[in-house]
Amino acid sequence: MGTDDHRVIADEALLRSLVPRVTGILVRRGADVAAAEDAVQDALVEATRTWPTDPPQDPMGWLVTVAWRRFLDATRSETSWRRREERVADEPAPVPPAGADDTLQLYFFCAHPSLTPSSAVALTLRAVGGLTTRQVAEAYLVPEATMAQRISRPKRTIAGARLDQPGDVARVLRVLYLVFNEGHSGDVDLAAEAIRLTRQLLAAVDPAHDAHPEVAGLLALMLLHHARRGARTTADGALVPLAEQDRGRWDTTLVAEGVAVLQEALARDRFGPMQAQAAIAALHADAPSVEETDWVQVVEWYDELLRLGDTPVVRLNRAVAVGEADGPRAGLAALADVDASVPRHAAVEAHLRERDGDLGAAARLYAEAARAASSTAERDHLVRQAARLNAR
Amino acid sequence: MAKYLLLKHYRGAPTAPNDVPMDRWTPDEVSAHLGFMDDLADRLQASGELVDAQALAPEGTWVRYDGPGRPAVTDGPFAETKDLVAGWMAIDVDTHERALEVAAELSSAPGAGGEPIHEWLELRPFLTAPPTITE
Repeated sequence: MGTDDHRVIADEALLRSLVPRVTGILVRRGADVAAAEDAVQDALVEATRTWPTDPPQDPMGWLVTVAWRRFLDATRSETSWRRREERVADEPAPVPPAGADDTLQLYFFCAHPSLTPSSAVALTLRAVGGLTTRQVAEAYLVPEATMAQRISRPKRTIAGARLDQPGDVARVLRVLYLVFNEGHSGDVDLAAEAIRLTRQLLAAVDPAHDAHPEVAGLLALMLLHHARRGARTTADGALVPLAEQDRGRWDTTLVAEGVAVLQEALARDRFGPMQAQAAIAALHADAPSVEETDWVQVVEWYDELLRLGDTPVVRLNRAVAVGEADGPRAGLAALADVDASVPRHAAVEAHLRERDGDLGAAARLYAEAARAASSTAERDHLVRQAARLNAR
Repeated sequence: MAKYLLLKHYRGAPTAPNDVPMDRWTPDEVSAHLGFMDDLADRLQASGELVDAQALAPEGTWVRYDGPGRPAVTDGPFAETKDLVAGWMAIDVDTHERALEVAAELSSAPGAGGEPIHEWLELRPFLTAPPTITE
């Protein structure tokens, strides 16, 4: 990769980091959010075309100017152009500095309660993340025309929604969590993108940091999981279970950052499920091996999670931890409290039965779990487990 | 945010209530049926839920490896087995309930007499990549 390539990539990262602020400025000058978002996308396309040969002195000012011009062009072409133009003409010309508030409001807008999860995700990636429709479509493996509708429809749904409404941070976090957890991707790494957007969100809520320790909790959770990503799969995509992962391949820089972010959040003593999950991830990241993991503390954090919200999935994961802390029999006893229809129930029972020495039952349960698996990597892994026991 | 495949069968599904072979329909009924399918695909694209829709020819060939240097093609008994896929529609929807709703709509396509064919469809979730946060 040559210097020019680095330059282009650096520009793209810079461009995308400016998107929410530029959109915010247009909105404060009088554009509605949907129109501002369209105009900024146009400006981004123009920037990727001209910046490589003609880089601007002031990227932010350049984007605001071009986007604002695009917005005016679009506005003029509408039937109500006169009324709009009069309103626009009243707006002050100079670029006001965009504050964290504008960025935050844009996150709230994209996670508006009237939007479905998939619409909220798509709109967030485009309006806050600055991705093109094609990039978002590729990431979600749907045709570009379909994704274009997934982005434009919600904008119509919430057209006219004002940005000064109080927003729901929990809803924004849910959207970012969904982005992070999307496994497949095109030329955009969705996990890295989710981390970038969550960092940006944390910076935006910073003035009211105390009010939103769960933002830090989610960021820590993402960083700690992302740190282990390289070791989670083999080169050909097969799943590597936690116990067999090469811990030398965990990214210690990301772990350290995740732990630091988490500790700062925990120190605020405003507890939530994201922080609890991050704490569990931190205990894994901290351990030199499965055996040396502080499973007793992991169980305690799961108990904490149960107090915050009793779900079958939390109970299932807790049973795994109990199995490690107190042995497979205790794990199976904990599992008895979990609804058998919960995904991965059979896989967990298979693991505990195997450790308890009941290999026949384990093989049968692994095969059952493989049939119920919802992902190819998981199914392949479980089939191998069953095959391993059956081949004894 | 999960993908599903809606499978239409030439054969193999239970008999639909309005089960008249398509070549016995009037040309207008055929056009209405095809128009309905196109329209549904358009509406699913507009709602951001369409992944793909394809029809398959009824004539398929069963093929298998038959030893080195011998490409084996057989019509054998297999082409007459009871199941035969006619086409598919792939959707990407927010909930399983929504997938059922789309399937029901696809099954309501008009057939003979302009009445819905109430065709049986097979609804199958795609296998995906595993989520990152699982532990």
